[in-house]
Amino acid sequence: MAENFDVVVIGGGPGGYNCAIRCGQLGLTVACIDKRGPFGGTCLNIGCIPSKALLHASDLLEVARYDFPRFGITATPSFDLKAMMAQKDKVVGELTKGVEFLFKKNKVTPIVGEGKIAGPGRVSVKTKDGAREIACKHIVIATGSDVAPLAGVSIDEKTIVSSTGALSLPAVPKRMLVVGAGVIGLELGSVWRRLGSEVQIVEFLDRIVPGVDAEVAKQFQRLLERQGMKFKLASKVVGLEKKADGYTIAVEPAQGGARETLEADVIMVCVGRRPFTENLGLDEAGVKRDARGRVMTDAHLQTNVPGIWAIGDVREGAMLAHKAEDEAVACAENIAGRAGHVNYDAIPSVIYTYPEVATVGKTEEELKAAGIAYKVGKFPFTANPRAKTILSTEGFVKVIADAATDRVLGVHMIGPDVGNMIGEASLAIEFSASAEDIARTSHAHPTLTEAIRQAAMAVDGWAMQM
Amino acid sequence: MSIEIKVPAMGESVTEATIARWLKKEGDSVNRDEPLVELETDKVSVEVPSPAAGVLEHISVQQGGTVGVGTVLGAVAEGAAAKAPSQQSKTQSAKPVKAEAPKAEPKPAPASAPVPPPPPSVRRIAEEAKLDVSAIAGSGKRGQLTKADALAALEAAKPPAAAAPAQPRAGRAEREERVAMSRLRKTIALRLKESQEIAAQLTTFNEVDMSKVMALRSTYKDGFEKKHGVKLGFMGFFVKACIAALKEIPAVNAEIDGDDIVYKNYYDIGVAVSTDRGLVVPVVRDAESLSLAEAEKAIADFATRARDNKLKLEELLGGTFTITNGGVFGSLMSTPILNLPQSGILGMHKIQNRPVAIGDKIEIRPMMYLALSYDHRLVDGREAVTFLVRVKENLEDPQRLLLDL
Repeated sequence: MAENFDVVVIGGGPGGYNCAIRCGQLGLTVACIDKRGPFGGTCLNIGCIPSKALLHASDLLEVARYDFPRFGITATPSFDLKAMMAQKDKVVGELTKGVEFLFKKNKVTPIVGEGKIAGPGRVSVKTKDGAREIACKHIVIATGSDVAPLAGVSIDEKTIVSSTGALSLPAVPKRMLVVGAGVIGLELGSVWRRLGSEVQIVEFLDRIVPGVDAEVAKQFQRLLERQGMKFKLASKVVGLEKKADGYTIAVEPAQGGARETLEADVIMVCVGRRPFTENLGLDEAGVKRDARGRVMTDAHLQTNVPGIWAIGDVREGAMLAHKAEDEAVACAENIAGRAGHVNYDAIPSVIYTYPEVATVGKTEEELKAAGIAYKVGKFPFTANPRAKTILSTEGFVKVIADAATDRVLGVHMIGPDVGNMIGEASLAIEFSASAEDIARTSHAHPTLTEAIRQAAMAVDGWAMQM
Repeated sequence: MSIEIKVPAMGESVTEATIARWLKKEGDSVNRDEPLVELETDKVSVEVPSPAAGVLEHISVQQGGTVGVGTVLGAVAEGAAAKAPSQQSKTQSAKPVKAEAPKAEPKPAPASAPVPPPPPSVRRIAEEAKLDVSAIAGSGKRGQLTKADALAALEAAKPPAAAAPAQPRAGRAEREERVAMSRLRKTIALRLKESQEIAAQLTTFNEVDMSKVMALRSTYKDGFEKKHGVKLGFMGFFVKACIAALKEIPAVNAEIDGDDIVYKNYYDIGVAVSTDRGLVVPVVRDAESLSLAEAEKAIADFATRARDNKLKLEELLGGTFTITNGGVFGSLMSTPILNLPQSGILGMHKIQNRPVAIGDKIEIRPMMYLALSYDHRLVDGREAVTFLVRVKENLEDPQRLLLDL
């Protein structure tokens, strides 16, 4: 007899494992299928977590090199790449074990193998011990995304790498070329630049980090350039040649024009990610997808086939772990007959470089396009006492509020530790707070968060510390 | 826990609606199935009932907004008195329920869920403007007031700007009122114009002596009402008279579909009913199989429900022929516009005592002009005139209906 569950989640990333856990909490019997082995998906294994481990380690190296002397500390820092990678792997190992513990605690059955929808309410899993047939009432597709390829460039994860290979290079390349100035390219580019690579970034658009508030992006680029990163914007890679001592890369202006050649030892392709939908039996099950291959769902995250749901990167929206997690909770609650809901206006986004970039809500560009009248309050970290004491005064906070109602519509920050500070802004947006509400909320002194308060004050022209 | 309010399926061919008005404010307590919001569709207004007892937590689409089937209109926070959700889910754990709003616990309706205290901006405004914010409905989470709510209340509380001295000659624009067309009005406008553009419409007239029908009515009205529980009106006679005539002249009960003519061997008679929102035309289905009393009953029921805006959408769809009565407003003569794809529409008018020649004598008779607008593309003049004459004969001598003449 086939195994039977209320819910089968295909995919064990932040969407899938959180959905399974929430289902377990709600008293549903649930299995979570993942083909990787260690649960946690891209995020834990080859994404957010390992990259943050390397970002932190390499940032400490920079601090030791450049900030220690300013604080009067003398040291001659050096590093052991192998040990750094081992530390990273240890964190990943602990966290994936953590997921298994949470599964146990919430009575989720983990299944390692390739899951495929075999029909309504039926999932077949190819495991190393053979095929398993599972019957269920609901199927959640949480298969995430994988690296989008770049035409004409084949990734070998050795010298032509995606983010995956870039997380475990055996040695620091002398010259690294990054294709794509998005979040991943800039984060991993930063890691290798700090460890000693000459990093050059080629981007098709005429700006970095598309979607981020333009003023923030501009400042961000300036600061990265000051750190030694080189940008070639509005350019495209048109050819690639392997030489004895690395690669020659032909680059052309995006709109056409004179070709030039660049050289690199390692090429990192970060041109985006695409939904992972192969071999899932979606077409056989009649699950509709949009023009970009993403699984289509209604507002309740159910696909056109009743009982089949989709969450995370595999459907539309920002490809962010916490967006998948929000949808995971909402989806599980919807399956259990509750009213799960995701507020897409209050999902923050963070770039974990130095300085960090953190944003939530609407950008000025979006508001202009929508014809919404707004006010802006800005506050620079140079005027924040805590930033001064930690010698990290680069960047600013920008609060955007509705001109008529003062409701906070967007908060955009670049500066030290802003990734940890964005939660306050998300909460403000989630609760329809006004800029004045933030301004009148006590913020501990001296902290970096005071910059948010001062920027909120600046919306109405009463910032007090500048 | 909060339960979403969604736009229900409104019948085939209706995918969009406009929010006519919210019947409840955010923060109002509501009972299960109590109407929350009124949607206006192309055909009819639909009330959306509350999915649960509790408090209207928030409104996502304001009045005037356009919504599709399934759009989330807002959410109802299930009453605080309801059982704690975690326990609820434990007890239901064995089988997951479909993603439907769970049944509300039949508890006494809670007055309202606790509303969080106002945020600092609102407290400041309240203090400074001596504004009592307790009476304002909050639009934030769980009904919390937002600065926007307080600013709006402040604006509303302002004394109207000192009445501008009466301007002797204000511009035209100031003396005009511009209002958005309701969805129903827009649809009516579109359909009527479409009808005039597509069909080759013209109208033929006749008049009917209502003496016999009126006599019949006054003789039997008490007995009829006692037996059937509905007043004996004229509409039943007209429906029956028309069906008899339609059976004789099938073209008037037909429609053009592309290059074909579709003759219908059933008689779904639309009866135009005026409401304060505009004209609606509920349809008496298979009217040929109804007794006169049953037809009267159906029409009376439609009229009441149309006025209360309670007609169901499916009751307004289809129809093979329409009867409209301008007489109730005093019209003596008019040319009705066809309700496409139908090919005929009968206009009834006011009954008026008029001198008419009966044989060689002049008598005073209760007369009514009849108008038949028809689509000349498929109904010939001879057929149209014969149809109307037959209706007239059936009404002047109702016994013909009995004998199926």
